[in-house]
Amino acid sequence: MLAFLTRSLAQRLLLLVIISILAHSVVHLAPGEPSQVDPSNPRMKPEDIARIRAAFHLDKPLHLQYAYWMRDLFTGELKSFKDSQPVLPKIWRRFLNSLPLFLCATLIVWSLSFPTGIQAALRRGSIFDRSTTFLAYALISIPGFFLSYLVILWIVDTFNVPVIGMRTFGMESAETSYRWMDRVWHLVTPSLMSAIGGIAVLSRYVRSQMLEVIGHDYVRTARAKGVVEDQVIYSHALRNALLPFITMFGLMLPGFIGGSVIFEQIFAWPGLGRLGYEAILARDFPVILTLNFIAAVLTLAGTLLSDILYSAADPRIRL
Amino acid sequence: MAISNVVESRPQQALDAPSEGPLRELWKSLKRDRLAMTGIVVLFLLMIAALAGKALTEWTQILDPATVRLTDKFRPPMARAAAEDLPVASRPPLGRYWLGTDELGRDVLARMLQGSFVSLSIGFIAVGISIIIGITLGGVAGFYGDLKFGPVSVDGILMRFTDVMLCFPTFFLILTVVALLPPSIYNIMIVIGLTSWMGTARFVRSEFFSLKEQDFVVAAKALGLPERRIIFRHMMPNALAPVLVSASIGVASAILTESALSFLGFGVQPPYATWGNILSDGKDFIFDAPWLFFIPGLSILVVVLAFNLVGEGLREALDPRLRRGLR
Repeated sequence: MLAFLTRSLAQRLLLLVIISILAHSVVHLAPGEPSQVDPSNPRMKPEDIARIRAAFHLDKPLHLQYAYWMRDLFTGELKSFKDSQPVLPKIWRRFLNSLPLFLCATLIVWSLSFPTGIQAALRRGSIFDRSTTFLAYALISIPGFFLSYLVILWIVDTFNVPVIGMRTFGMESAETSYRWMDRVWHLVTPSLMSAIGGIAVLSRYVRSQMLEVIGHDYVRTARAKGVVEDQVIYSHALRNALLPFITMFGLMLPGFIGGSVIFEQIFAWPGLGRLGYEAILARDFPVILTLNFIAAVLTLAGTLLSDILYSAADPRIRL
Repeated sequence: MAISNVVESRPQQALDAPSEGPLRELWKSLKRDRLAMTGIVVLFLLMIAALAGKALTEWTQILDPATVRLTDKFRPPMARAAAEDLPVASRPPLGRYWLGTDELGRDVLARMLQGSFVSLSIGFIAVGISIIIGITLGGVAGFYGDLKFGPVSVDGILMRFTDVMLCFPTFFLILTVVALLPPSIYNIMIVIGLTSWMGTARFVRSEFFSLKEQDFVVAAKALGLPERRIIFRHMMPNALAPVLVSASIGVASAILTESALSFLGFGVQPPYATWGNILSDGKDFIFDAPWLFFIPGLSILVVVLAFNLVGEGLREALDPRLRRGLR
């Protein structure tokens, strides 16, 4: 176990270095520099541009820029190009905003897709199975923002509540219960929208996993010896079908950053994805690179976590 | 039933005809899947629409998607064109705007037809790139994986590289690159292709690993066939069928990615029309001209759904475990 941990940690650190170098070169080699964000401004003289470039180390060769970035990142000195705010606290604030959205969406995904998937597998070929299959495919085939706009319009028309942003402006003096309901509306709608893809994919996966397990011999044996059907399904079959989903816990982590750009943009939610989008628009290299770096760390940590969880849950696997 | 059929017909086939290729077998079991067949029909119609649309919008005057008619802004679908105010050259087909007009009086039908070709080619070229990379890397890792350069094997290098690529948050990476590069339709195709090959590579690699041990490959090696022939003639066709699944689903997700990029303003730039940018332009007029929003939105839904259903049908047809459970 210890040997496995050290080996995989070392491997992952190496991967991380390669990823950061790759990301750094992609971002820096692409045309378009922060100093050129406002090319039509007549007040930008060549010497100003040179000064900006020097201040951001943009005039240095690439490997030195990489070294500066790494040094600043780990000493916490890294500053955004756009507003000279320290990057890490900036990301941390946005992370705290993204967290409730992510947790709520995850909760919706897991609590809806498991019952659906299991039922669909148990009644394979039934109308329920076929309609949920079709629905799942329809849901992942809709452009996210198309559906979101329709849902926003529907909610605003039917319930007369605003759902854009994190809270309604001017509600600060309202009663606590009203304020809470307001927060709930603002949180649940974007969570549901970003959960939809996940529900569709996960329920299909649960279904196929259940189908596979139900075909196994030990399920037949359990039935043959007269175990009650519910117990066969939920304590014999489901427990084995659950194993692969443990790995999904780990693999969900990176969805934090990449998956949320569109929905945070639609719902004007000041989270990580939107921070990344704004940083891209402003050519704010430190923020882009650091977000990418964090995403890579999350992915690697996620895969490690899922390996460990898997071995903890499945006695047949020894690390 | 399917199994017993295959078992019974094997010896005869071996005697008088070359056995059915994996692709034909696939087609047979696909034909039983009603959803997948519907998907195939929709896709077939779409191909015709895209090709016809390309021809009509390029060469005919009445379906020119770039014709601006400022007198006929925001006409609803089926509206009659104000014929007397328009020059003959910019009159719509049969004097009607079958799908309405947009904020510049451009015919939505013409733009949708042009967009169908552009959207489809984004999907196909992106997936083509990702499949070529995936098959090459996966095939090399699977076939030459045991070769060693010092302490590291070929398989190790290639798969670690795949892991690296999997670590990037894909959509964020696409967004970064597309935003930094000069806007062009080819960049979008290439970037989507370059960021989506990892699944295919892993698939092909594991497929090659198991094929390498199988008798017919060992026999081919023992006969002294050149490696080129073993790889392309004997192993590749057997590894190719599962790639079809990821290709079909890949086209679907490429079309969705393009529309998401359009929404964020990094999509295909005008004058090209794609379904994604018609939709994202249309969202500003959702109250005044809902057809500008619903027509492209529902079209994307239908087409992406068709690709997904075909992909799922292929997956079910390919998965022997599911086939056994079926009957």
